[in-house]
Amino acid sequence: MKKLKNLYWSVLSGSAAHIIKRDDIVWWKAWGIRIISVLLALIVCGFVTVSLTDLNPIEMYITMAQGAMGTPRLVWNLFQNTAILLGVALAVTPAFKMKFWNIGAEGQILIGGLATATCMIFLGEKIPAPLLIPVMLVVSIISGALWAFVPAYFKTRFNSNETLFTLMMNYVAIQIVAYFTLEWSMPKGSGTPRTLEFGQLPVLFGQKYLINILIVVVLTVLVYIYLKYSKQGYEISVVGESEKTARYIGINVKKVVLRTMAISGALCGIVGFLLVAGTDHSLKSDTAGGRGFTAIMVSWLAKFNPIFMVLTSLLIVFLESGASKISEVYRLNSSFSDIITGIIIFFIIGCEFFINYKIKFNKKEEIVC
Amino acid sequence: MEKNIALELKNITKTFGSVVANKNISLQVKKGEILSILGENGSGKTTLMNMVSGIYYPDSGQIFADGKEIVIASPKDAFDHKIGMIHQHFKLVDVFSAAENIVLGLEDEKGFDMAAYIERIKEITEQYGFELDPYKKIYEMSVSEKQTVEIIKVLFRGADILILDEPTAVLTPQETLKLFAVLRNMRESGKAIIIITHKLHEVLSLSDYVAVLRKGEYIGTVKTSETNESQLTEMMVGKKISLNIERSPVETCTDRLVVNNINCVNREGIKLLDNVSFTARSGEILGIAGIAGSGQRELLEAIAGLQHLDGGSIIYHNPKTGEEENLRDKTPLEIRQMGVKLAFVPEDRLGMGLVGNMDIVDNMMLRSYKKGKSAFLQRKNPKSLADEIIERLEVVTPSAYTPVRRLSGGNVQKILVGREIASSPTVLMAAYPVRGLDINSSYTIYNLLNEQKQKGVAVIFVGEDLDVLVELCDRIMVIGSGRVTGIVDGRNTTKEEIGILMTKSAEDMMQDEGGHEE
Amino acid sequence: MLATIIQRAVMQGTPLLFGSTGEILTEKSGHLNLGIPGIMYVGAISGVAGAFLYEQSVASPDLLNPFLAVLIPLLCALVGATFMGLIYCFLTVSLRANQNVTGLALTTFGIGVGNFFGGSLIKLVDSDVPSIALSKTSNFFKTQLPFASNLGWFGEIFLSYGFLVYVAIIVAIISSYILNKTRMGLHLRAVGESPETADAAGINVTKYKYISTCIGSAIAGLGGLYYVMDYANGVWSNNGFGDRGWLSIALVIFSVWRPSLSILGSILFGFLYVIPTYIPDISVSAKKLFEMLPYVVTIIVLIITSMRNKKENQPPQALGLPYFREER
Repeated sequence: MKKLKNLYWSVLSGSAAHIIKRDDIVWWKAWGIRIISVLLALIVCGFVTVSLTDLNPIEMYITMAQGAMGTPRLVWNLFQNTAILLGVALAVTPAFKMKFWNIGAEGQILIGGLATATCMIFLGEKIPAPLLIPVMLVVSIISGALWAFVPAYFKTRFNSNETLFTLMMNYVAIQIVAYFTLEWSMPKGSGTPRTLEFGQLPVLFGQKYLINILIVVVLTVLVYIYLKYSKQGYEISVVGESEKTARYIGINVKKVVLRTMAISGALCGIVGFLLVAGTDHSLKSDTAGGRGFTAIMVSWLAKFNPIFMVLTSLLIVFLESGASKISEVYRLNSSFSDIITGIIIFFIIGCEFFINYKIKFNKKEEIVC
Repeated sequence: MEKNIALELKNITKTFGSVVANKNISLQVKKGEILSILGENGSGKTTLMNMVSGIYYPDSGQIFADGKEIVIASPKDAFDHKIGMIHQHFKLVDVFSAAENIVLGLEDEKGFDMAAYIERIKEITEQYGFELDPYKKIYEMSVSEKQTVEIIKVLFRGADILILDEPTAVLTPQETLKLFAVLRNMRESGKAIIIITHKLHEVLSLSDYVAVLRKGEYIGTVKTSETNESQLTEMMVGKKISLNIERSPVETCTDRLVVNNINCVNREGIKLLDNVSFTARSGEILGIAGIAGSGQRELLEAIAGLQHLDGGSIIYHNPKTGEEENLRDKTPLEIRQMGVKLAFVPEDRLGMGLVGNMDIVDNMMLRSYKKGKSAFLQRKNPKSLADEIIERLEVVTPSAYTPVRRLSGGNVQKILVGREIASSPTVLMAAYPVRGLDINSSYTIYNLLNEQKQKGVAVIFVGEDLDVLVELCDRIMVIGSGRVTGIVDGRNTTKEEIGILMTKSAEDMMQDEGGHEE
Repeated sequence: MLATIIQRAVMQGTPLLFGSTGEILTEKSGHLNLGIPGIMYVGAISGVAGAFLYEQSVASPDLLNPFLAVLIPLLCALVGATFMGLIYCFLTVSLRANQNVTGLALTTFGIGVGNFFGGSLIKLVDSDVPSIALSKTSNFFKTQLPFASNLGWFGEIFLSYGFLVYVAIIVAIISSYILNKTRMGLHLRAVGESPETADAAGINVTKYKYISTCIGSAIAGLGGLYYVMDYANGVWSNNGFGDRGWLSIALVIFSVWRPSLSILGSILFGFLYVIPTYIPDISVSAKKLFEMLPYVVTIIVLIITSMRNKKENQPPQALGLPYFREER
């Protein structure tokens, strides 16, 4: 028994088998591992679904596809949700590339949305829409940036833990927004959020969500260019890879951290603006809907590459809407989609290990004995 | 009366890949005796002792303790045979007290009784004359106190054979004296002690026997009372080997960088640079020799604007304008904006000089990316620079878009040096630029440095191989414990002269403190 | 009235105390487990499922065996939460996955599991009850000492709770003792501060990380169980648990990684939570601002501790970093 226990720990801690970092893996092998892990995840999800419903796995995925894009309306929803999630993922990426753990996107979005809503309510009747919308955009960018700047300031000044700081800032933002939602609700205090009439984003070609999608497409290209081709993007990469190198070539690390976090927050502010002015036309404390957290996974799974993020955010949104279709058909709870998303993410983050490390079985024991 | 042999090594050999770190080494230490293992950097001292403490496993050879052959496969095995090693880099938990660190990892049957542990720690400190407050937290401690904790940690586990790796490298002269007193007490109580060192005066004042290693080979063991400095130096550095490095004559030679009395003190209050003054001239290679960690890194980083100084000045003579400018406490950016063309090849290539995950082209941009008013990067010039370096320095790489961490050490260094000299610098500093490189790559680097010298660049070369320093450099400055102990002419000096200078300053200090006993 | 406020504060604080004690144990091993909110949901729903199935299995609620009625949900909650901890450990310790990403995914997953089974349990077991209301089981959880109500304010403040409240306090005290006074605690803290040092001292880093994270998760799971069985009278409502999981993480920072301080901190947080109820004429919206206070206080604590930069009050030094022993 004891022997078995020892074996177990030695396997887990890697003393029976050596774990070696591997420097390079051919790209097709890496993608092979990723694809296999997604397939495994889908199989596990299939098992879970089958055990809870009486669908067979193939039917299940057909139902999911129908749920995600069975009708044109659903397809538009899919694109809209993908666009928003992608927008947040783009927002957190510059900070993450710098190895600054900004998990405060949720709050930064809400503050951006709050700024938009404030403009829509208080300026709505006073200035015409063509002027109002740019004002809303600018105000939400500034608010989001300031909200993100606070933890960055304390990080650079006192080295406060940014993960915990940004996490806490989320809930401060949520409560502030909850307060204003109630204050502004119609009738007051009822909790029904007010529909914001003025300053809604224009409907293009009869499609309500098209403008959101187009804006995010533009953002994707801009962020891609910013990270890959701009001098500031280059500085972000250097700081993220090695602060020592950054100092060696004379980069002001603190300045880069502050600037990048402000950009991250500004992008979140834009998403808040899109959600309030483009999608919901109202503000609620769950307007961000956990996307600030999901986006972290999206960005991470895409290795911080904005182009891959299109795929990862589409994957997640597809799973979510597909799974909610299943729960709808089987009158199960809609949280079913969260379970499916969780499982898929577990598999994808787990598989990175097999890309970055090699397992070599030890022969050392034999030599010693 | 014949003392018992505590530890004996017979024909130990250890290779790493194709590099032979230790070749057929045999030595022994008796109870109540101090043995010094003497050798230059890279002579295999630490590798040898790591095999005794269970970190490496020898390829061949035998280890005997108390006359019986033993197998040491892990640090735990070493402890079981009462062997304890104090490494150069302390492994301590900062927020723990001394006592907590000392008992960390201990598994004894009796249960966890901190008060009793502290009692034992006090006994040990009294027995050997340590000074230590068991309740003090590590982060409040000086380096010497931390070392004390490490030594007590080993004694607490009942070690009878102690191995200390470069114990005095981080200590002030006074702290060194205290440590030696403690070690002598341990010798009196019958412990066998091995100290790894390259400081001659320590060897002479402390040990009973000296074993000398050179380039992985065992040279011999001598009784301390029957030897002297020059014999030991000769054993350590060996006969002069001719490397046939070309050394061009110095032509135009003007002062380029005048360093005046600079000082640098670390957080523990130890002087890393102590009144260092020298001049680097254009068209000349100034070598810097010294034991590793004597202040070379701080000196170069101070010039490059990465190290805060506590006094002195670094005056740069601008060859274009003829103006003099003080570089002290300027940031790297400010230095560049002043028009000072400084190239710096740091010791830590992939951690500082280059970004391992970026490709060659992007690494080329590290120095130049800011050029131009555009907000965007311009990759055309870096790409052609990368291609040029790859071709001219014969860098072996799949393409210019390969991440540099995938290249071999020599190729990484060619990329780094190539980039640094591409900006046509006026001062070129290189720290250990040939460390870990094969012969051909090394000669490529020597040629590049010579080429820069002929172009009128002031080259500062920090090296460890004395043969190279003597053949390559026009002048050689020797530093020891942060002090300049001598500047010699590279054309008519000897390795022995440098070797003695390398260990001189600390020794002088010892005499100043009146610390010699034997 | 004050006694009632304190009593309510303690009840509000108990889930947070469980959560923060669990998270402290985990963080002391160097792992920032952002999956705690999900783990607490899973703890709660596992307990609910256990109790529900047990209640369904007996013919009449009066036939419930009090001992089993408590033991079954308790074990289910522990098992469910530990399983979540194992997922987290396997990914972050063995597979060295990013802790933040794994934790957040675990929270998504855990909240999903909670709400899904909470909303679908009845349908899944083909039961005909209208909703999950485990009042019988809940009564067992809420059983107080019989003489508590006779002791006036003293009884109200100190003796008026179900047994899980005392368990929470005892667990926090035991954790504090283990961390500070035992060899195991010393080794655990060493793992979180400097895994290389611990490894060199012969401590099995992986083992400590696994054990502390799993035990921590199990403890946090009890917080979910307490909430649903005691505080919410055995009635499951989706998202009813709210942001208590994140508040638990806030409490960890607030109590500067000390379970003993967590006890007081949880009561303070609970106090901030219930105080608006006792302010006359307070608007619903202003209550929301009160709910913000624990987070604001936590941020202030975070800033102050980093400004003072006292080593003992910092997060464990290796928090968030995977440990990989370089090959020698």
